[in-house]
Amino acid sequence: MSDLIKVTIDGITVDVAPGTSILNAARQIGGEIVPPAMCYYSKLEGSGGKCRTCLVKVSKGSEKDPRPMPKLVASCRTGVMDGMEVQNITSPEVVEARKGVVEMLLINHPLDCPVCDQAGECHLQDLGYEHGLSSTRYEFERRTFDRIDIGDKIQLHMTRCILCYRCVFTADQITNQRVHGVLGRGDAAEISTYIEKAIDNDFSGNVIDVCPVGALTDKTFRFKNRVWFTKPVDAHRDCPTCSGKVTLWYKGEDVIRVTARKDQFGEVEEFICNTCRFDQKKTSDWVIEGPRAISNQSVISSNHYDTLKPLPVIKTNLQLQQSNKDQFERATKL
Amino acid sequence: MESLSNRKKVIEQKPLTLMERLYLPAIVKGMAITFMHMFKKKPTVFYPEQQREFSENWRGMHSLKRDEEGRERCTACGLCALSCPAEAITMIAGERQKGEENLYREEKYAAVYEINMLRCIFCGLCEEACPKEAIYLDGPIVPSDYLRKDFIYGKEKLVEEPFKK
Repeated sequence: MSDLIKVTIDGITVDVAPGTSILNAARQIGGEIVPPAMCYYSKLEGSGGKCRTCLVKVSKGSEKDPRPMPKLVASCRTGVMDGMEVQNITSPEVVEARKGVVEMLLINHPLDCPVCDQAGECHLQDLGYEHGLSSTRYEFERRTFDRIDIGDKIQLHMTRCILCYRCVFTADQITNQRVHGVLGRGDAAEISTYIEKAIDNDFSGNVIDVCPVGALTDKTFRFKNRVWFTKPVDAHRDCPTCSGKVTLWYKGEDVIRVTARKDQFGEVEEFICNTCRFDQKKTSDWVIEGPRAISNQSVISSNHYDTLKPLPVIKTNLQLQQSNKDQFERATKL
Repeated sequence: MESLSNRKKVIEQKPLTLMERLYLPAIVKGMAITFMHMFKKKPTVFYPEQQREFSENWRGMHSLKRDEEGRERCTACGLCALSCPAEAITMIAGERQKGEENLYREEKYAAVYEINMLRCIFCGLCEEACPKEAIYLDGPIVPSDYLRKDFIYGKEKLVEEPFKK
């Protein structure tokens, strides 16, 4: 009996525990070969398998049964087998299929990014930018819904929703009692609360963070500012209900938004409570840890000063490194 | 030393002739040229009474456009401010209330929109970045003024006049 099994993704071999999904195996490798995921969320049990953006091609089933899988599979829901070979970005078939998936996801999306508060940190935006077409072939009217207030702090824009069910799983698993779910089927399906009942759980605000699009947004941040003009700063406080580890989004001196910390896959590290999220918006409430590291590719880091890239000659010379120390420290991104 | 390119002209100084030494003919000739110019077409444009015609790709003062129904197109998405290399643009977004549908096109609009004309370098990147075709640099030359604060143009100067029906 071996503990780890071997799986090859885009030619890169990794040893993972049995039962791991292809997506998680790819995440262990990291980099470009990680399939994008709109509905899968590692912190939410049962999520995944709905959006189909993480489709991959399994070109070799396993060591024992080397036949390829007949169709593209959703990597978030397919477990790895020993000796499995997976193609993601190296397969033109997958790239083509993903393009189709993006087109389907965008069919009913209003594309109101200039208005939407999620713009700049929206996964659908990134996905569409990377895989989508620049024009649409859809000629019919898009479905529209009225805005719904879920409580006084959360706003639901059903028109933007891609029905990933993440918020439903959050409500199911993080909060004790669920008053919000999916009503209707197929094209008529929508996220809603029963008779627009407010969620009054302490952790209900987390549905904002898990939403990959701008369907669930923070009403206290609504139209306050654009994400890319704010500065993310890590901070914490002693919170009796949650871990209290958050990211504060500063505009000038003011904290205009509080979110949980998100990792490189856009998933929150720890869920935070509503008190931290909505009520603690003063610098004095928090212990500042330092600037949040934001990927250079993100629009959030645009127009800020770049990290200083030292010349090769400095990299090898200790003396030069020492004398330029101030420069490097000053170039740290905030 | 010999010149390498060989394009050097050696000027030789000849002694002045009698006509040149008299000076008067040369002065008359000069005055004639000056006098002739009085009857030629003037290239000077008397700005601001008279304005020169601008080329098609001229970039002048910004204007915030309205759509065909006279509603403001700008949704305060901030892309112009993001693209601005001179950091001249700033704005505050507002939410459209019920009953204001004839004023603003989308549910969000720019409540305050300011361009600092002293900072602006008229590069036209804001125009290029705008997803709503709301800002164009199609105006005249930005007029001069005495105070710095008067160069911060707000919506009252930037937004187009509503169409007359």
